[in-house]
Amino acid sequence: MVVSTVPGPVVVRVEDVTKTFQVRKDNTLKDRIVHLGKLGREHRERFTAVNGVSLEIQAGTTVGLLGANGSGKSTLLKLIGGIVAPTSGAIFNRGRMAALLELGAGFHPDLSGRENVYLNAAILGLSREQVDEQFDAIHEFSGIGDFIDTQVKFYSSGMFVRLAFAVAIHTDPDVLLVDEVLAVGDEAFQRKCMERIAQFRAEGRTIILVSHSASQVQELCDRAVVLKDGQVVFDGDVNRGIAALRDVLEGRRLGELHERGAEQLVEVTAITLHDDQGTEISEVQVGDPLTVRIHARAHQAMSRWAAGFSIDTALGQMTIASNTERLGITLPSIEAGETHVDFRIEKVYLGAGQYYINANVSEVIDINSHVLMQGRMFTVRADTATLGSVAAEISAGV
Amino acid sequence: MDTEPRYTRLAAAPFMRADASGLKLDVRGGKVREIFQRRELLQLLVRRDLQARYRDSFLGFLWTVIRPIILFLMYYVVLGKFLRAADGVPDFAVYLFAGLTLYGFFNEMVVSATGSILANSGLVKKIYLPREIFPLASIGGAGFMFLVQCVVLLAAAVLFHALPGDLTQMLWFFPSVALILVYGLALGLLLSAVNVYLRDVQYLLDVVVMLAMWASPIVYTWGMVKRAFDSFHLPSWVFEIYQNNPITLGVLGFHRAFWGGGTTADYPSELGLRILIAFLIGVVLVFIAHRVFTRLQGNFAQEM
Repeated sequence: MVVSTVPGPVVVRVEDVTKTFQVRKDNTLKDRIVHLGKLGREHRERFTAVNGVSLEIQAGTTVGLLGANGSGKSTLLKLIGGIVAPTSGAIFNRGRMAALLELGAGFHPDLSGRENVYLNAAILGLSREQVDEQFDAIHEFSGIGDFIDTQVKFYSSGMFVRLAFAVAIHTDPDVLLVDEVLAVGDEAFQRKCMERIAQFRAEGRTIILVSHSASQVQELCDRAVVLKDGQVVFDGDVNRGIAALRDVLEGRRLGELHERGAEQLVEVTAITLHDDQGTEISEVQVGDPLTVRIHARAHQAMSRWAAGFSIDTALGQMTIASNTERLGITLPSIEAGETHVDFRIEKVYLGAGQYYINANVSEVIDINSHVLMQGRMFTVRADTATLGSVAAEISAGV
Repeated sequence: MDTEPRYTRLAAAPFMRADASGLKLDVRGGKVREIFQRRELLQLLVRRDLQARYRDSFLGFLWTVIRPIILFLMYYVVLGKFLRAADGVPDFAVYLFAGLTLYGFFNEMVVSATGSILANSGLVKKIYLPREIFPLASIGGAGFMFLVQCVVLLAAAVLFHALPGDLTQMLWFFPSVALILVYGLALGLLLSAVNVYLRDVQYLLDVVVMLAMWASPIVYTWGMVKRAFDSFHLPSWVFEIYQNNPITLGVLGFHRAFWGGGTTADYPSELGLRILIAFLIGVVLVFIAHRVFTRLQGNFAQEM
């Protein structure tokens, strides 16, 4: 696989695009005449789906559009695809674009599978000769066998989707827009889709993908754009993008402290990471030691207290956690004021990637504790022998 | 696979610009060229509509001619014989069938094009295509059925020996069909877009096409109208409006092509010039209709 090192030319440019919808409550001539003029304006509601978005997408990148429901990501995808026109601003794109917004859009139930393949491929921009050439490959990929000459209305939903996807991936798009279509079909089929999309990436095609699945985005994309209420709140690295998405979903900011409850006697103020020399670090090599320092502030003298930490992947899945109680350690009593506690990980066996550290402190562990979520992010560097969130030494032989 | 050739090709490709006023391709020819490039799709969509229309029916494509023939028999018997409209019109059957065939074409074009965007909402909402392709496909389907009916008409005219003695008269077929086509295209484009926003259009249209049929010399002759206008002493411009209506002109031209029974007294003077002027106006209307279509299509996906 030869992946070009030169960044590709810009294929999609979105310039300060805003899209507002008018939601009308009337739709008949009578209603419109009755509500003409001043009264009519009260019957319309303006809704801004995309608000002042600017983006540039280079050829060969896979971009994930993320955001909560109603954040405007699907509308943005439709704007890029030319399916809706912007209210203001402009969109420029070039190259052959294929939109996979819905599998089998344009399948006619009364036509046979074969006829629909030709029709659908033509809709996606293939000429007749190209379909003739590709037909066997499409038929093969879909795996629907002799049903190809049956009317599509007699297909099972699985067959329908398989055939539609087979057509879609055998077109030769430069830019592929994908909206949640990968969420259909059984697991094997989804796998097939994902493999095909990975292959598209390697061929230098540009993919713009809307997905709710953070892991899918992490697996496929090399850039994430997070939208909130129609505005871009994050644009860049995928892992950070997923973290930003979680912030948006959970309605909080990175590193923001939880409100201190009235009865909380002690709270986490910060988390820092150190190597054995005591220098603060944000990157660690697999197998190296790591010290997690939890800075805490006690509001009164405490005879006993406990602390704990956990390390999450960028997707928010816990990889490891521990606390003083589990370790069988009793922390010495403290005076009111600043203090800190160190957890030393002798050898970090995490896979390469980015991780977040959460910490909590309390008088008695897990009761009324104060938690600092994602107090610190760090990167684990590793050789590329393994994938996944744990590291191990692996050898192979027969 | 090496990505270089793709990048080089993309870097050289022109940008397509989409803004509030619609989609524009930064190349010469614009929309017409874009549609021309998708002509294979257009052809497939026409075929899809025709195939799907009569699929699972025993008589299939025969229905294309059965319906107009029954319509024709109805008018022929009731109007021609009972109400005696046929008196004084030689070969009334061919006269009537010719008018009905051409008007049926216009009717089918406008009605099916009007519903075409809504009928293809699944595609319009999900995939970018030049949307003009849907009304155009409907017009293509109507055109196919029209041609089939023309064959029947020709057979009938030959059978009744009703064709004009001078066969070069049959060349009137082309200007009259072109005229009807241009107006069908203009109306079809305009109404298909408006119908998305205002569904009343399709119901209103049913009424209008029915009225339009009686406003053109199909079941009666141009001469009858002229005499009626004369006897009521109406100002001549009222009659001019009637006879310069593009459907009237198209039907008259079509009669000249297939109905040999007419004399010069059965047609207005300068029919060719009138058709030409109406045609040019029609071309301007197509441009205007397309401008409106382009403006309205930006929100199609939301309005359905």
